[in-house]
Amino acid sequence: MTKQLVSLVIDGQPVSVPAGTLIVDAAKQIGIDIPVFCYHPKMEPVGMCRMCLVEVGRPVIDRTSGQPVIEDGKLKIQFGAKLETACTTPVSEGMQVLGMSEKARTAQKEIIEFLLTSHPLDCPVCDKGGECPLQNLTIEHGSTESRFKFEDKQHQEKHVPLGDLIWLDRERCIQCARCIRFQDEIVGDSVLGFFSRGRTTDIVTYSEPGFDSIFSGNTSDICPVGALTTVDFRFGARPWEMNSAASICTHCAVGCNTTINVRREASSDGRMMIKRVMPRQNEQVNEIWLCDKGRFAHHFSANPARLAKPLIRIRDQLSESSWEEALNLAGNSLGEVHQDFIILAGGRLANEDLFNLKALADGFGGKALLYSHMGGGSFTTQIGMSKDTNFGEVGADTCILVVASDLYNEAPLWYLRIKQAAERGATLIVAGGRETKLEKYASHVIRYAYGDESPTIQSLHDSKAGLAAAQAIASAQNLVVLYGSDGLGLEGSTSLAEACTGLLEKTSHAGKDGSALIGIWTHANDQGAWEMGFQTNADLTAAFDNKLVYIVACDPAGDDPALAAALKTARFVIVQELFQTETSRLANVVLPAQAFSEREGSFTSGERRVQRFYPAVPALGESRPDFAITASLARQAGLELEGISALKIMNLIAEKYKSFEDISYASLAEVSPQWPMVGNGDVYYGGTTYANTQGLGKRLALSKKEVNLTSLKPFKSKRPNDSVLLAIPVSQLYDRGVTVLPSTILHAHIGDASLTLHPDTARRFKVEVGSTVELTLHGTATMVKVLVDEKVPASVALLPHSMGISINAPAAVNLKAV
Amino acid sequence: MTHILLRHRDIPEIKKMEVYRKNGGFEAFKKVVTSMKPGAVTDVVKASGLRGRGGAGFPTGLKWSFMDNSNWPHYVVANADESEPGTFKDREIMESNPFQFLEGVAISAFAVGANTAYVYLRGEFWQLAAFLDDCIEEMEKADLLGKKLFGTEYELKLYTHLGAGAYICGEETALLESMEGKRGQPRLRPPYPPSFGLYGKPTVVNNVETLTNVPMILTKGADWYKALGTADSAGVKLFSLSGRVNKPGNYELPFGTTFRHLIYECGGGIINDHPVKAIMAAGASSSIIKVDDKVLDTPMDYASVSKLGADLGSASVIVIDDTVSIEWVISKTVEFFKHESCGKCTPCREGNYWMKHLIERMEAGEAVEANTELLLSVAKQMQNKCLCALGEFATMAVVSGIERFPDDFTASSIGGGHD
Repeated sequence: MTKQLVSLVIDGQPVSVPAGTLIVDAAKQIGIDIPVFCYHPKMEPVGMCRMCLVEVGRPVIDRTSGQPVIEDGKLKIQFGAKLETACTTPVSEGMQVLGMSEKARTAQKEIIEFLLTSHPLDCPVCDKGGECPLQNLTIEHGSTESRFKFEDKQHQEKHVPLGDLIWLDRERCIQCARCIRFQDEIVGDSVLGFFSRGRTTDIVTYSEPGFDSIFSGNTSDICPVGALTTVDFRFGARPWEMNSAASICTHCAVGCNTTINVRREASSDGRMMIKRVMPRQNEQVNEIWLCDKGRFAHHFSANPARLAKPLIRIRDQLSESSWEEALNLAGNSLGEVHQDFIILAGGRLANEDLFNLKALADGFGGKALLYSHMGGGSFTTQIGMSKDTNFGEVGADTCILVVASDLYNEAPLWYLRIKQAAERGATLIVAGGRETKLEKYASHVIRYAYGDESPTIQSLHDSKAGLAAAQAIASAQNLVVLYGSDGLGLEGSTSLAEACTGLLEKTSHAGKDGSALIGIWTHANDQGAWEMGFQTNADLTAAFDNKLVYIVACDPAGDDPALAAALKTARFVIVQELFQTETSRLANVVLPAQAFSEREGSFTSGERRVQRFYPAVPALGESRPDFAITASLARQAGLELEGISALKIMNLIAEKYKSFEDISYASLAEVSPQWPMVGNGDVYYGGTTYANTQGLGKRLALSKKEVNLTSLKPFKSKRPNDSVLLAIPVSQLYDRGVTVLPSTILHAHIGDASLTLHPDTARRFKVEVGSTVELTLHGTATMVKVLVDEKVPASVALLPHSMGISINAPAAVNLKAV
Repeated sequence: MTHILLRHRDIPEIKKMEVYRKNGGFEAFKKVVTSMKPGAVTDVVKASGLRGRGGAGFPTGLKWSFMDNSNWPHYVVANADESEPGTFKDREIMESNPFQFLEGVAISAFAVGANTAYVYLRGEFWQLAAFLDDCIEEMEKADLLGKKLFGTEYELKLYTHLGAGAYICGEETALLESMEGKRGQPRLRPPYPPSFGLYGKPTVVNNVETLTNVPMILTKGADWYKALGTADSAGVKLFSLSGRVNKPGNYELPFGTTFRHLIYECGGGIINDHPVKAIMAAGASSSIIKVDDKVLDTPMDYASVSKLGADLGSASVIVIDDTVSIEWVISKTVEFFKHESCGKCTPCREGNYWMKHLIERMEAGEAVEANTELLLSVAKQMQNKCLCALGEFATMAVVSGIERFPDDFTASSIGGGHD
């Protein structure tokens, strides 16, 4: 739907833009930088700071004829008596804007002088220095001396923790309200506000705990001064001292683009250290935002507990050894077995790592298994996202169905963009066993009892049965279905994926541009594992018996005591990991792997976008990239695999898998201009998000196998009943995952292992709120804290993943008060 | 002269319902609802030449005609935020002639098709609000409010709403924000309230005095009202006279009355017969007029006062004699605006704070870097940049004071004083 174009002239330069464009944006498009503070291109303008005052002239219209007046062959232009704010004024035909005239420049200079009257002289100690819009615009537009007497400056609190992750300096704040408006408009959590008035206007937080939002870090990026700083980076480094590397966040399946800033530090023996993780602009994935987990949970890679050397088991003890010795031992064992060989891989591995693992399994006739409690990837590879569908652009033409997921906690940037899509007119349907945050924006909410996930989706096939949601789906032009694993295990989620696939097929959306099935995976590259041909196995306990087990990037023994016991029956165990885990403690050989920040590779996001990540810091100790270790192992056992160049592995992937045929490291590194302009000279406009110069990534084509709906046997899910308490696995954003726990600044958000019940359920099972009880699950007893929430259905208890209690499917539990 | 607005000065008990009714009360409302079309009511008000009495002087009937008829419902809000220093006229109306005011609200509601009307009172008027609530209850009991009024399909409900002590909430869009439960800060304009007002619906915001004229106009006719006052400013105005006069207070006079008449005939002249030095015709939001005979003989209407380089505004006439230093006067106005600035826009928020510190130092005799030239420069720097009129008006007394009365400023190389 194209809008009518409007032509105008800005500082002598003609420009044509769609009607409704604001003057400040029209100017930016032709390289004219009208200074702004309160305006942000992703938010509604407010015209508060008055920095963008420009002279605006409009064609004079004759009152009687209604026609523009012509004088000397040109339109007669009348300039307003007052300057107007470019950020609140839309363009109009024939308009003339003067942003560089003396009148405009004087006004801009005067506003800077006003802003600096009570702004503290903090530049030498302020984190924002070097990437500060106020500094930059002062140099550009301000005067060199201030006429404001220093002692009169308003003194206010300088170290106010708004929450535990963001600190506020009240003196530096210029009351632009960008932080408040970001929370109100974009996030939908109005946890910040103004308090008091006039010169004493302050930012306060209205939530308990303070600044209760998982997107709080973004306010530090868009703050035009150093008022909002992050606890992670506060007093960390100067922007010009740091180097940057383009990377991808690995905490969930969204695949947000990041820039890792590093600096060589004397205090770390001259090592390059990661100072902070910043968003990198990709308007198709995360726009210019990051969630706080992606921003702050990076400390695991530098953690001293990382494995630095290979370990081998000698006389029942693991001791350090050399790569040569470890590879010899492991490779020889591998060479001895065929078909008695299992690879168990975690979804945080890169595409290249997974390809080599699969090639190794294929080469020896072994099995390549994905360690995951969530299935259905065989469907997403066939009817997942293809072409360039962009959550940031869908509107009334698209129906989005989110089922079995607490999207806010599982994929924050999808939550954010789907919420905005719904506000733009997309039809949002949320189906869940319990109330979740996204429901606020849904046109239709479907509440099912845990266990009824698949039948609920099947009921949406028939638009004539009377369900409003079904009608919305049937009449939608595009249908995007996102399915999760809230309350589901491997079999349940696979069955749900199948039901969703059936829905897409029956409504004729499967495989069409604009429609998709998306898995809300728990790891960054689960989708990549499915693309590489990995399979899941619901019962691993029987799989290890007398086999050679090669476990990479997952911790089955730590997750489940039954799997720990099963692992002890294996013939030989090779573990490739970042840290010592319960699993690695049972290994014969432990091989130290590099963190993703130490090497290059690529991930496939849940939207099937392949994106490259680049090394930010040198490898820790003697760790090597996962794909290189696998290749070395293979060589020991007589199989040649690529072990040096990740680029070459990607070429092999493109050769083998048709859906990857357009993918190469070169094509993944392509960039195109994005809007809004961010970073560098545009720090004042879009914020301190980094511009994307290293690659936007590419979507995979759909894999052309036929979707086989009859291959699965129908799965009967456990259902709650009054006599037994059913524990339901759920996800929380901040958990005790191995890549999250080392970030101590997040510990207040992680909390203790807890069980959440409806208050009535707690009474019925005779447990007290806040008390610690003994929970028995699959024969193992653990202590948990009891919490209540009225949104939890009766007879179920929510038990989060990765909090120290092994739950990966609904299970009956016993509770005992202690 | 028989009062049109301050009728309690002729009929002392007019604040009682039965007395008001005995003196023609609510006949205009009944006539309008039973026999006129809303558009016709607006036409009468247009023809009468009534202009807004809150300070802006915008033609009332014209404002009513701007209401967007494609967006419903419509609202009427009476602006009883009266906070301008030197203004105390609306208070007297509401205290002593409340029903005529409420009838004016009701007629205007009918004229713009509103079924709900509000009276927004400044927070300090909580007693007045309680009193108006009682008056509204009496009107409801008398079937003058509610459903099916006078046997027609028209229904109307009136509510009072209290502010919480902010002058900025007298600005119509800040008032609407306050009514919606948000911070009282002005909105971007356009759009204006007749297109996008309370809850985004078309809303007429009128001053109390403006609305109190309406029943009389509908009773006695537009021509009658237009014949009062002057060609440019029709009707009568309440002048809130204060300052160095013997008899301060509200005086209802036709437009065109001179300052001399107001000060000497009504106000009993200046205390101890001092000469008048200056007049602030619009409370603190005025340019200060330097008084001579020509000024005293100027008729008080919008056009004539504007020729003096000032605004009549809400006609809160503060009279200054030669015992008062203009520097002292503007130290008060600057303190007022600095306290009341909402803080939304940079020039008003920072400029008022800066001016306050400058004038404080000047008054305390500490003026070295602080001086009159700098104060004048800062005030001028705020002009034509602010989001709303508060910031603009905050500069007027300062600029006019310094330019017209340089001798009153001690910290300056212009005129008298040290250095």
